[in-house]
Amino acid sequence: MIKVENLNKKFEKLHVLKGIDVEIHKGEVVVVIGPSGSGKSTFLRCLNLLEEATEGKIFFEGTSIMDKASDINKLREKIGMVFQQFNLFPNMTVLDNITLAPLKVKKTSKGEAEETAYKLLKRIGLEDKAKSYPSQLSGGQKQRIAIARALAMSPDVMLFDEPTSALDPEMVGEVLQVMKELANEGMTMVVVTHEMGFAKEVADRVIFMDEGVILEEGTPEEIFNSPKQPRTQDFLSKVL
Amino acid sequence: MDFSFLSKYYLFFLNGAKFTVVLAIFTVIFGVILGVILALMRISNNKLLNFIGAAYVEFIRGTPVLVQVYLIFYGLPSILGINFPDMVAGILALTINSGAYVAEIIRAGIQAVDKGQLEAARSLGMKYTTAMRYIIVPQAIKNILPALGNEFITVIKESSIVSVIGIHELMYNADTVRGNTFRAFEPLIIAAVMYFVMTFTLSKLMGKAERRLKTSD
Repeated sequence: MIKVENLNKKFEKLHVLKGIDVEIHKGEVVVVIGPSGSGKSTFLRCLNLLEEATEGKIFFEGTSIMDKASDINKLREKIGMVFQQFNLFPNMTVLDNITLAPLKVKKTSKGEAEETAYKLLKRIGLEDKAKSYPSQLSGGQKQRIAIARALAMSPDVMLFDEPTSALDPEMVGEVLQVMKELANEGMTMVVVTHEMGFAKEVADRVIFMDEGVILEEGTPEEIFNSPKQPRTQDFLSKVL
Repeated sequence: MDFSFLSKYYLFFLNGAKFTVVLAIFTVIFGVILGVILALMRISNNKLLNFIGAAYVEFIRGTPVLVQVYLIFYGLPSILGINFPDMVAGILALTINSGAYVAEIIRAGIQAVDKGQLEAARSLGMKYTTAMRYIIVPQAIKNILPALGNEFITVIKESSIVSVIGIHELMYNADTVRGNTFRAFEPLIIAAVMYFVMTFTLSKLMGKAERRLKTSD
């Protein structure tokens, strides 16, 4: 579904990604772990072109997304993204947050968009918040709404950029629960996270990144129980 | 203190205030239009537009409004051979000045909106213009409005500067009354009170508008 070839990203002199090659298959849940500054988030943001890679190729469902000829807005409809800081639109109600993109981008009818929104809200257990504004919600609720907002575009893949890092500890669970359910329904997911429990339980594949390269990848068992690289062992011994 | 001249001269002040209001209204309208254009130039990715916008703002902010008024009033006719009616020259000069400040207010207001907002909108497939229209601009307006209100108040006060080119606005007429009555002080108090009534009314109105916009916070 997503194929990345020799991805490089430089910020001025800083070489953040140094040749990433990876493939993400339909229905797969890939969790990316690694120390801060290893390039995990930059890698994720390159996948929907929030960051423009300096070099390399990214194919999404066969289309080269960095090709100037491809319509990035069309592609982004199919690539949902959830941010660390939620990024809900504070000037709109929860319902408007969820329906805005379907209405303005997909030109869905209002009735249909709202019906989908209520279904999604029901699924995350926040139907009663439809008319609330983001400022009236807790962090966990905001992030669940942000997930619903991305799902409203019925994407083929969901990118999660440290979705629980900005949350109070007691709210992490509710967000991970929604993500878990999503994974169980067969959504293709790429998750950058420090939640090793989530990685162990939900991931089909774990990628360990350090200093801009993929040092090691494998099933959760392989990575967590018998990491091969000393750097991976070192990292895991500190976080587990 | 003797305000007995008022019975004879009160119309000077009222008519002057009328001119001041007209000057201010037109300056605010055209100043905002110019400010929006300049702000768009300054946030655009086009280097040339960027430079022109920045140079304009720096030049206007770095020179006295009095000089700008004289430049427009005396400079344009002598260089370009265009002769404006006084009132148009006054509005033009004040607009050119105010536009630079409005541009800075708008630019700062847009850039103060969290970067994540645009990213979230774009990640949902929205075009830049769609994201600006529904997400960024509505939030920017909330940042902009208080500062813009201050700028409107400044415009009312600074419009007094065009008295130097003979526009019969409040300050000019107050001076006329001073000359006619040989009273140096009292006509200025009347003018000050009238300016204050105008600016205070405006500041109350802006406060109301801000509160209405805050409902979603």
